[in-house]
Amino acid sequence: MANKPNTPMLDQLEGGPWPSFVTGLKRLADDEGKSHAPIMKSLLGQLEHSYETRKGYWKGGTIGVRGYGAGVIPRFSEVAGDYPESSEFHTLRIMPPAGMHYDTAILRKMCDIWEKHGSGLIAFHGQSGDIMFQGCDSENVQTSFDALNELGFDLGGAGAGVRTSMSCVGAARCEQSCFDEAKALRMVINNMLDDMHRPSLPYKFKAKFSGCGNDCVNATHRSDFAVLGTWADDIKVNQDEVKKYVATLGRKGVNDQVVNMCPTRALSLNDDDTLEIDNKSCVRCMHCINVMTKALSPGDEKGVTILAGGKRTLKIGDLMGTVIVPFHRMETEEDYEWLVELSETVLEFFAENALEHERTGEMIERIGMINFLDGIGLDVDPNMVSHPRTSSYIRMDGWDDEVTKWNSRHGAAAAE
Amino acid sequence: MSEAQAAPRMPDECGVPDPQQYMHPTLKKNYGAWDWHDRPRVGVLHHVAKSGDEVWTVKAGTQRQMDVHTIRKLCDIADEFADGHVRFTTRSNIEYIVADQSKVDPLIKKLEGEGFPVGGTGNSVSMISHTQGWLHCDIPATDASGVVKSLMDELYQEFTNEQMPNRVKITTSCCQINCGGQGDIAINIQHTKPPVINHDLVANVCERPAVVARCPVAAIRPALVNGKPSLEVDEKKCVCCGACYPPCPPMQINDAENSKLAIWVGGKHSSTRSKPSFHKLVVAGLPNTPPRWPEVSKTVMKILHAYKEDGRAWERMNEWIDRIGWPRFFELTGLPFTKYHIEDWRGGRNSLNASNHVHF
Repeated sequence: MANKPNTPMLDQLEGGPWPSFVTGLKRLADDEGKSHAPIMKSLLGQLEHSYETRKGYWKGGTIGVRGYGAGVIPRFSEVAGDYPESSEFHTLRIMPPAGMHYDTAILRKMCDIWEKHGSGLIAFHGQSGDIMFQGCDSENVQTSFDALNELGFDLGGAGAGVRTSMSCVGAARCEQSCFDEAKALRMVINNMLDDMHRPSLPYKFKAKFSGCGNDCVNATHRSDFAVLGTWADDIKVNQDEVKKYVATLGRKGVNDQVVNMCPTRALSLNDDDTLEIDNKSCVRCMHCINVMTKALSPGDEKGVTILAGGKRTLKIGDLMGTVIVPFHRMETEEDYEWLVELSETVLEFFAENALEHERTGEMIERIGMINFLDGIGLDVDPNMVSHPRTSSYIRMDGWDDEVTKWNSRHGAAAAE
Repeated sequence: MSEAQAAPRMPDECGVPDPQQYMHPTLKKNYGAWDWHDRPRVGVLHHVAKSGDEVWTVKAGTQRQMDVHTIRKLCDIADEFADGHVRFTTRSNIEYIVADQSKVDPLIKKLEGEGFPVGGTGNSVSMISHTQGWLHCDIPATDASGVVKSLMDELYQEFTNEQMPNRVKITTSCCQINCGGQGDIAINIQHTKPPVINHDLVANVCERPAVVARCPVAAIRPALVNGKPSLEVDEKKCVCCGACYPPCPPMQINDAENSKLAIWVGGKHSSTRSKPSFHKLVVAGLPNTPPRWPEVSKTVMKILHAYKEDGRAWERMNEWIDRIGWPRFFELTGLPFTKYHIEDWRGGRNSLNASNHVHF
C-alpha cells in the first residue's frame, strides 16, 4: 500500500473539538521516508475497513521476548492481503513508574525508540496502567524491548499471570494519602515479577493501590488485591477553618452538603459553627474531608484496609473486593514487609486453589470466605461482612471452640 | 560473529520504575507532606504543602492513543512551562505541575491553543476510559477510540466546565468482558445472537474442554459435526456473552447488525459516602453505527441532562437515582423500562423490591 488510503469514515473523526487519534494516525502515515509511514498507511486502511464492515480483523498468536512468557500482545491481521504493511501489529505492554510520573527526557527517548522500531503510536495508558507501545512487527519486538529495557523499563503482565499495577498520585501530591502508595506498589509487584514475566497462574491477578476511600485508581472493583489507605484515630479538625466554610456555604449549605451526607450520621454542626464528629461512628468515607479540604484531614494513625477478589463480568458476574484486613498500620519498613508477605500468601493460595480461568473473587465464592481466610491465615472480623449470616442451614458443632478463639483474641487485645 | 555478539541479551527484570527519578522537584521535596488543596478554576488544582510550598496542576485531555509527534508537542509544552515534568491520570488526562503561579495562565492558553482541552477536574465529565476496539483488540464488536472521540466532542463543554452535581466517570467497552470497567455511565457492547460456529476450524484452533469450561451457563458441549470434532451451542441456554470467542475464534460472536450497544448507569468505585456500586442496565439495542454513533451520544446526553438538572450537590449518579427512585429515573430520562431490566442472574432476587417503599 504505497499511498495513504481514502478514509472517508475515519476522516469524520477529525472534526469536533476533542483531540483526534485519527489525526495522529494520519500524521504518522505522512512521515514519508520513515519506516512507520507504510505501517500506518496500512493500518488506516484496515481500520477504515473495520468502520465500513463493523467488524474487527485482528487475531492473536504467540510473540514474546527472550526470557519472558508474557507482556507482548500479538496481533496478526486477517486482511493482510489488502493491508500488508500492518499485517503484524503487536503491542508491548510496559510498566509505568508508580503514579505515572515522567520527565520529558524519558518520554522523548521512548518516542525515539518507537519511531525507529515500531509504528510511532503510544497509548498513555491502558486499562491496567501499561504504557502501550502499539504496532510492532515480529522482527522488531525484541529490539524494541531491549531498547526500552535499557532505559529502565520492564514488560508488564498479560495472560494468566500477575498484571501491571496502578497507584494514585497519593503521597506525591495529595494531603489525603494515608500510606506510601508508590512504595507499596513497587514492593508488592516487584516481589511478584516471576509470576508476571513467566505466567503460570490459573488466571490473571491484579493488585491496585489507592491512598484513601476515594479510590482514585478503582482498586475495590478492578483488582484481586486492593490496598486502600485509611486511618484508625480521629479525623483532624481545624475549627477556625470550619467556621470559614460555614461563613461561605451558610449553615444550610454545610448541613445539606456535609452533615446530612455523612453515611453514618457521625457529623453535627454545633450552635457556634464548629463541627462535632462522632469518630466511633465514622467509616472514613472521605466525603466531609473532600468538601472541607482546609478544615478536615485524615488522622495520624494511618494505614490500609485490604480487600480481595474484585473483578468484572466473566464468568459469574461482577464481584466487589471483600475486606480481608480491616486495618493495618503502615509506618515502618516491617509494615511494608508485612504487606508484601500477605500479598504473596494470597497469590500463592490463588495459584494452588483456583480452577483454570477462575479469578480470586470467583474462587472465594466457590470455596467460601472462611476457607479462604483459613488458607491465608487471617482471623475473622466483623468488618469483613455487611451483616452476619441469615440462613440457618449450617452445622455449628464447632461454635464453642470459635467463641473461645474470639474471646482469647479479644482478651489479648484488651490486655495490650 | 564475536562471542559478545553471539551471547543473547537477557532481560533486566527491573520491575516497576521508581517514580522519584521522574517526579516534579516540588512534589519530590514535599512527598507525603501536603497540607490542603483547592481548585482555583476548572482544570486547575492548587496544592499547598506543610512546608508552605505550592503547586498548581493543570489538567488537559488527550486522545490516549497518541502519535509520537503529539507526545513531543506535549513535552515541548512541559519544557516551556512545567520544568520538564508531566504525569498522567488513570483516565489518560495529562497533568502539568507548575510551582510558579504566573505560569498557569500562559500554560492553559498554550494547551488550548494546541487543541488540548483543559478541564476534567471536580464536577466535570472526565475523559472516558476505554478499551482498544477495532484498532488493536482481537475480539471487539465495535471501536473504542472512535466512540470515545465522538462522545468527547459532544461532552467537550462538560469536560471544560464543572456543572454536574458531582464528578461523572464514563467508560466504554467493545465486548462484554468489559475491560473498560464500571462507570456512572458505561457504554458496552451487548451481543444479541449466539456464536456462529465454523466447524471446519474448531478442532484445529480450540482447546475444546477449555471452551466448554468457560461458558457461564453450560450451553456448550463437544460434538462431532461433519465427521470432525467440534463444539455445539444450546442456543436456548446461550446468554450471548461471547466468553467462548476469545479461546475459540471460530465461534464468532460479533456481528455487524446484531452486536448492539447497551448503556448502564450508577457504577461507582469509591467508598466515598455510599459503598461502591455496580452499574445497572438502562438501555439496550442501540445500533453500532460508526463513525460517530449518534444514537449512543443522544442517549448519553439525555441521561446526563436529567442528572445535571435534578441531582443535588455531591450526589453521584447512583446516589441521585437512590434518592429519586428508578421509576422517576426512567420518567426523567424518557427511557422505557422492560422485562429485560429485571435481573434473573445469580443473586437476582436481591435486586427486587421487598418493601412497601414505592415512588409515585
